[in-house]
Amino acid sequence: MFPSGMPGHFDDPKSSNERASYERSQRVVEAIADESNVIDLGPRAEQSSAQSLVPMPPRRARELPDPEPPDREIRTGDVDPWGRSERVRSIARRMYDPLYRYWFRVQWEGIEHIPTESGALLVSNHAGAIPSDAPAIMHGIETQLGRPVYGLAEYLFRELPGLGTLWSRAGGVTAHPDNAYRLLKEDQQLVLVFPEGAKGTGKLYKDRYRLARFGRGGFVEIAMRAGVPIIPIAVVGAEESMPILFKSRRLANLLGIPYAPITANMLMFGPLGGLAYLPAKFRIRVLEPIHFTAEPDQERYSRARVMDASEMIRGRIQEALYDMLRTRRSTWW
Amino acid sequence: MTCCEHDAALGGRSIMRVLVTGLGTFWGSRLAQALEQFDDVEVIVGLDTNEPRLPLERTEFVRADSDYSILQRIVKATKVDTILHTHLLVDSTEHSNRRMHEVNVIGTMNLLAAAGAAGSTVRKLIVKSSTLVYGAGKRDPYFFREDMERTTPPHTEVERSLLETSAFVRDFAVDNPHVVVTKLRFSNALGDDITSPFARSLSLPIVPEILGFDPRLQFVHEDDITGALIFATRNDIPGVYNVAGRGTMPWSEICQVIGKRRLPLPPFFTNWAAEPLRMTRVVDLPPEVLDLLRYGRVVDTRAYRRAGFEYKYTTAATVNAFARSLRLESVVGDSNPSYRYERDVETFFRHSPAISREGNE
Repeated sequence: MFPSGMPGHFDDPKSSNERASYERSQRVVEAIADESNVIDLGPRAEQSSAQSLVPMPPRRARELPDPEPPDREIRTGDVDPWGRSERVRSIARRMYDPLYRYWFRVQWEGIEHIPTESGALLVSNHAGAIPSDAPAIMHGIETQLGRPVYGLAEYLFRELPGLGTLWSRAGGVTAHPDNAYRLLKEDQQLVLVFPEGAKGTGKLYKDRYRLARFGRGGFVEIAMRAGVPIIPIAVVGAEESMPILFKSRRLANLLGIPYAPITANMLMFGPLGGLAYLPAKFRIRVLEPIHFTAEPDQERYSRARVMDASEMIRGRIQEALYDMLRTRRSTWW
Repeated sequence: MTCCEHDAALGGRSIMRVLVTGLGTFWGSRLAQALEQFDDVEVIVGLDTNEPRLPLERTEFVRADSDYSILQRIVKATKVDTILHTHLLVDSTEHSNRRMHEVNVIGTMNLLAAAGAAGSTVRKLIVKSSTLVYGAGKRDPYFFREDMERTTPPHTEVERSLLETSAFVRDFAVDNPHVVVTKLRFSNALGDDITSPFARSLSLPIVPEILGFDPRLQFVHEDDITGALIFATRNDIPGVYNVAGRGTMPWSEICQVIGKRRLPLPPFFTNWAAEPLRMTRVVDLPPEVLDLLRYGRVVDTRAYRRAGFEYKYTTAATVNAFARSLRLESVVGDSNPSYRYERDVETFFRHSPAISREGNE
């Protein structure tokens, strides 16, 4: 419509409209050209988060937190905007406490690295056919620091009837980037994430304590965007609490689950024993927080920088695991 | 409101001429009623094929189809500068798919074409849409912002037609940069006077739920819906905005506040299980409502508040107000006798010199 280099005449009102829309589309083109840059972009101008009706590249506005209105005289429950209920959580803690204390005998190291007020992304290794590390970490922090921990997990949980609701009430949140951002940046909460995902929990006993790939480094990008530190956590013990000896790919496909394991627990106690953990001693080491210098709230971050940070964090956790295994005298004591 | 407050609210604004589509819907009538209170709103023209639901003082009712040539003539002849498009059907239990397509898609297309025709005086367009456009699925973010897309493809006609409508409105905004286009996406409505699948479900002696699911939900009070539309009429705030009461509540708690027991539907083949309820006309739970009862939906409402709109009700307050009106209704019966439109009487009231127009405020 507009040949390049020819601005055209915009005298009559009709074409001034056209000019406005043309200029807008030009801006979009420029913005897209901008996006293809791999270098970190400068802070963008603030903009209302209301979606523009005219096509524009999405930008994240800096939002103020949006606390839940109290409505105390109306509400009967205490379910927060994330679906977490402190009441349910405290019941869960009471039930889990004996297991935590006398079965796994969880031992913490460096818990002072976890902030008592501001938001932080807790990143840990993941293990056990039915992972036993998430409840242990959440329980330990909630009892010792007295502040909630939200655990990010797969969408899978949300479609499970009953279990999914319980999971949500106990602090589980689906791992959507925006959920993580809001929890960290706007609500300044502690968020626990396992970047290995099912690759970590689904690994065989012979591969224990060897970290799987850390996803695509999405967790680093979220922490950068939210402007919060990442706190790496190394957990020893979860691998031995429910070790996977074999996996059946065919059965997993049939059931539509990520992996179908045969665990040592099942061989010892029968199929129902698949739900019982072995009494491995848990050691949890909280490493030094990692702060990022990148400006928060950017549209995107340099892939190289994200992957560097992701690898670095993975390396630190791996190193800590090796160190803890070197000094571990017994798996059980 | 006194007339002095009017002047302050006006802020030197000129006289407005407003066209309201869907005057025969509850919203259209409520809105026209509210608009009549403003002195600077000189003309209110209401379009619909159905008669207004509420008595109106000075709104002109035109029984018209959403036919393009008629709309174009009306827009041209009345020289309206503001169009309030409230005629989008969102309750799939009350309208057939075909009618929803006809009204939502074709009606909007014709209206926008008429509003964008050469020589059109329209300078503001406000569209009442629904948060149904976001859908409800397991991969959804916990809070939908206005710039977020739905995660599942639409699978019902109401969602499809609303999405198509969105595209028309966006195109209209691009083609007519001199028109202030505001699109409001309303959450589930509750109130004394409205019927929606949720309102009907909650009015039952036993309220349906999906076994094992307790979704987070939001509601918006009918007064806030009218208020939000009026706010967009009185202020220039282009863009898309979510409108829902602040806060969220799980379904179980909503039922508790209202004081109802829950009837669990099986979590698998839920749509089939809802069929007997549909057949016996107990309650119609269309697929988009079943999705909501499973996964829920919560939207981020900060943008519209930042634009200056003040809600009267939070989500919990909306539920509570609804509970109160249900309790009253259970004792007194229907507290809102429906209004019947009598054309001759209405014309008499609007135009006869015998009617005193003083002290109407």
